[in-house]
Amino acid sequence: MRASILPVLTVSAGIVVLWYLGAVWLNWQVVWDMQARAGHAPDFATMVSLTLSHARPLLPAPHQVVVETWNSLTGPPITSPRSLVNHAMVTLSAALAGFGLGSLAGVLLAVAIIHVRALERSLMPWIIASQAVPVLALAPIVIVALGALGMTGLMPKAIISAYLCFFPVAIGMVKGLAAPDALSRDLLRTYSATPAQVFWTLRVPTSLPYLFAGLKVAVAAAVVGAIVAELPTGAQAGLGARLLAGSYFGQTLQIWSALTVAAVVSATLVGVVGLAERLLARRMGARA
Amino acid sequence: MRTGLLAAVVVLGFVLAIAGVHAPGEPGSLAWAGIALTAGLAAWLVKRLGDLPGQGWQALAAPLAFGATILALWEVLVVGFEVPMALMPAPSAIAARMASGAHLLWQDFVQTFLKAVLAGYAIGCGSGFLMALLADRVPFLRRGLLPIGNLVAALPVVGIAPIMVMWFGFDWPSKAAVVVAMTFFPMLVNTVAGLAAAGALERDLMRSYAAGHGQTLLLLRLPAALPFIFTALKVNAPLALIGAIVAEFFGSPTTGMGFRITTEAARLALDMVWAEIVVAAVVGSAFYGAMALIERRVTFWHPSVRG
Repeated sequence: MRASILPVLTVSAGIVVLWYLGAVWLNWQVVWDMQARAGHAPDFATMVSLTLSHARPLLPAPHQVVVETWNSLTGPPITSPRSLVNHAMVTLSAALAGFGLGSLAGVLLAVAIIHVRALERSLMPWIIASQAVPVLALAPIVIVALGALGMTGLMPKAIISAYLCFFPVAIGMVKGLAAPDALSRDLLRTYSATPAQVFWTLRVPTSLPYLFAGLKVAVAAAVVGAIVAELPTGAQAGLGARLLAGSYFGQTLQIWSALTVAAVVSATLVGVVGLAERLLARRMGARA
Repeated sequence: MRTGLLAAVVVLGFVLAIAGVHAPGEPGSLAWAGIALTAGLAAWLVKRLGDLPGQGWQALAAPLAFGATILALWEVLVVGFEVPMALMPAPSAIAARMASGAHLLWQDFVQTFLKAVLAGYAIGCGSGFLMALLADRVPFLRRGLLPIGNLVAALPVVGIAPIMVMWFGFDWPSKAAVVVAMTFFPMLVNTVAGLAAAGALERDLMRSYAAGHGQTLLLLRLPAALPFIFTALKVNAPLALIGAIVAEFFGSPTTGMGFRITTEAARLALDMVWAEIVVAAVVGSAFYGAMALIERRVTFWHPSVRG
């Protein structure tokens, strides 16, 4: 792990350098035209500094994104529609509600599938096939249908997130609950363990790594689901609404800062799930 | 034999039910009792089919019966309870719309899939693959890129769509660019993992033949990496479709699957939206299936294919 810190830093630095070069290159034309219209003929150094501080750049420089993100996080009061904290909370609450619902449903279905063979034979092919279907395209339907039922706000977004979370969790959990080998099951049978005891002392502990692998995929998908769910209906708040508004009005910095916050939220959630996995594994006596 | 009889009864029941709800007049409580009975029998049938031993078509019977039951119940309930179109269209309405709007669906398919998805998929997977070869040659780059690649997997990459629309315009190149960004990192990470998968024994053998880096790569390590590469190709297939569709939510010419979905959903023409979803589902599964098929042909030697 430690051996990769230097390479990661080097590659990240390389990306930042490329980003600055790209910002200069992409914004050059616009800035040059603006200066030419104003009758200026700036030298190279002035041009570079101008391309890196343009208010509506094609590609904002990294420091502009950082400053804009920081300003919209800390500047306006949290209740203001200009505060990214506000938007992030809206998206985060939908994503978390969906993650909880979807994961719970996925785990319950997996438990049912493990115990009823007919369910596995009839349902599993559909669950696996549905992985190949662009589920997110369903988002507008869910929103419109639930809107017709009078449900707006958090719930439709949470349901889309839940739907996205459901499949990775269900598939991972089915795999995990079926993972104990014949030897361990035979051992429990020689102890004349009841099915419930087999479930709680063998199947559930063995399934945890699989469950957490599914949960990590699911929590990232939940954020994507919540963001995309805000797109098609003109939601007022949320990171997706912020992205859409930024794209309508050409506010590049607003788009980039919303993206940054979305990335941080998503990475943090995945990190928290990973941490929970490690804590749980340690409590259960894993040595790692 | 008894399963066959049961299946015939269920099919007959659903045919009667569908004909009944489509006939003028309200279905009575007796009709609903019949429908409930048929649904119960269908559940029993699925259970029996699921308990059948066997492989091949017998393993397919249960999921097919389950899918058909859901479809029939959907039709009966939506038509019988006169659920408004804005809430949930009946399968028959969706099928009718697919037939009448076939030319629109075809246009959208060409715009979104043939142009944006295929171009973006090819460029994204290709460049991810090349980058993986480079990273394999330069260990420093590999150690730096892999953690970043894994981090990107946790990010909502599809959010870059508005930026790409700003850079590449409303037409398909901006959607292809989103697809490139979504498919690049899964390909990179998987290929790098695959290139490390060749066994030490085989590598030593190649070395004892005095094979160079290129020869070892071509003859040993790339073939050994194929299962990983195909995993990425399969994961990327639905991702690419999602990327292109969602990117169209941010602005597109007046054609494309994502454009159609948003505009028709806003007009509450849900039959068209569902028709588009059906196309997306079929295209997504076919794309995935094509990759899986090529995988079986190319990696015929792998234990998971030999069975």
